Amino acid sequence: MDFLFITQQSLSAAIGVNTIIFALAAIGLNMHFGYTGLLNFGQAGFLAVGAYSVAVAVVSFNVSLWLALLIGIANSVILALLLGVPTLRLRADYLAIVTIAAAEIIRQVARSATFNKTLGGSDGITGKFGKEFFDLNPFTSGLDLPFLRYTPNDLWVVVVGWILVAIILFLMWLLVNSPWGRLLKAIREDEDAVRSLGKNVYLYKIQSLIAGGVIGSIGGFVYALSRQSVQPDNYGTALTFFAYTVLILGGAARVMAPVAGAIIFWFLLVFVEQLLRQAVSAGYIPEWLIGVNQVGQIRFMLVGLGLMLLMIFRPQGIFGDRKELALDARA
Amino acid sequence: MHEPKSPYKERAQAAFASISATPGVAKPDPIIIANNVLRQFGGLTAVNVEHVEIQRGSITALIGPNGAGKTTFFNLLTGFDSVNEGTWTLNGEQISGTPPHKVARKGMVRTFQLTKALFRLTVLDNMRLAAAHQRGESFIRGLFPAIWKRQEAEITAQAEELLTRFKLIDKKNDFAAALSGGQRKLLEMARALMVKPEIVMLDEPMAGVNPALKQSLLGHIKDLRDEGMTVLFVEHDMDMVRDISDWVIVMAEGKIVAEGAPDSVMGNQAVIDAYLGAHHDLSLEEGR
Repeated sequence: MDFLFITQQSLSAAIGVNTIIFALAAIGLNMHFGYTGLLNFGQAGFLAVGAYSVAVAVVSFNVSLWLALLIGIANSVILALLLGVPTLRLRADYLAIVTIAAAEIIRQVARSATFNKTLGGSDGITGKFGKEFFDLNPFTSGLDLPFLRYTPNDLWVVVVGWILVAIILFLMWLLVNSPWGRLLKAIREDEDAVRSLGKNVYLYKIQSLIAGGVIGSIGGFVYALSRQSVQPDNYGTALTFFAYTVLILGGAARVMAPVAGAIIFWFLLVFVEQLLRQAVSAGYIPEWLIGVNQVGQIRFMLVGLGLMLLMIFRPQGIFGDRKELALDARA
Repeated sequence: MHEPKSPYKERAQAAFASISATPGVAKPDPIIIANNVLRQFGGLTAVNVEHVEIQRGSITALIGPNGAGKTTFFNLLTGFDSVNEGTWTLNGEQISGTPPHKVARKGMVRTFQLTKALFRLTVLDNMRLAAAHQRGESFIRGLFPAIWKRQEAEITAQAEELLTRFKLIDKKNDFAAALSGGQRKLLEMARALMVKPEIVMLDEPMAGVNPALKQSLLGHIKDLRDEGMTVLFVEHDMDMVRDISDWVIVMAEGKIVAEGAPDSVMGNQAVIDAYLGAHHDLSLEEGR
């Protein structure tokens, strides 16, 4: 077994493109769920809107990439308003239902044959729509260290991606420690109490939904640009729930939690996969027990098991404070 | 058993001296005037108040048996529930149909029967949250601490002063969830004061509070009046009603059935009927 290869793959994934995408998706959810208590089960929809806005604008409408990014942000604001305006006056459950449905509608529309010309149907859109971004790539060679390996393009995405994550985390940190953030946390605890003190709860919930949604759609930009393609089925409900996993793994309502969660999640996922793959091909695991083709599914089971154990022994997540969990008991 | 009357109490009660103790009677200086307030839940009429006025600068108790519609009436006045019919004014300005946060901004702040402490916020943050007109409450300005830091320091000073008065200052960095039931009531009242209200609406301030803390809560409520605020409260504890209220309004089956000074209203036949009708085992004169 090639442990160096396993480590290289796992570490490259741990700080790689997917980690950045899921970290961004989870940072948005942290704003929604961790700080405001909004149950957004349609974060995949925001990523899809970000990704498709870029791909469609550049490929189908020949817009410049930079303008396309702005269009993507505008679209995710519109989506947040569409979802939030009718539902945020109602109880929390309604937002959950509406968001999960909306994300599915977006995915189904994107893969429908009717819009094949512009949205690409179930094949999605592939093309050089990230050209303007990769033209700026200063890295002529990739990274090939014993423990880390990236192609030049991936390296560029990773560097820009982490800078983006750092900026967003810094803004997030400023926000949650401001009176604005205090209001969000108060809304999470008890909306009516906040209303009774003269605060417009509805307005703040919408702001939170927009802010978290825009962060999610930036994750969608990274998703689309890194692969230079968008595929509708990448934006299914699984994406949303993995983002929740990442958030809860790190510890909700902690600024750094999504990053830690995403790193651990992707490290484990790739580590387990590579380990199994090598163990199977080297004959350590008999073929009748796990076939090479089953590794992809088995890794999710094992990672799921690991997450269950983590939730049992550290329910507050990596950064959480266990004492705070106990406070939830309403008495 | 009565302590010496404070000048404020005398002044507040003097205002009531000249008016007759009849339901819906006009007050000399009303802060709230409500007309024909009707709230029905399906076939059940929860509140049906023809006319009521609340005297400014006084402590008015709203009593009545369970299910009389007191809390519903509170919810209506503060915008947490909407009426089928009816209007009411605060300082002469019509506020019926106004959403709760706007009602609070106009100076009418309430507390809740089931205390709503914000559990995973510290006691100090519970207080600071409530201050009005905070610059840092806007998304953009929140990003620039320089804009709101100074105001935040002022708010913190104000909050600490109130916490000292309510004897919660030692707990300021604890989560509100760590407070006892009685302390949460205190916190909720102190937090309402951060809004600088004109009228404070207390929904059962004494429910679940131990006797020692009760005395200090009573003192705080009197202090509110003595600082010029109007207090309207719902309560079941008759000793407390007798002790601190300047005026008592009695509700039964959604209607106002009696009004009057605390001592006289409790001997009123309509009141006794209202209570006995619902609770045969309750004696208003218990222990006297």
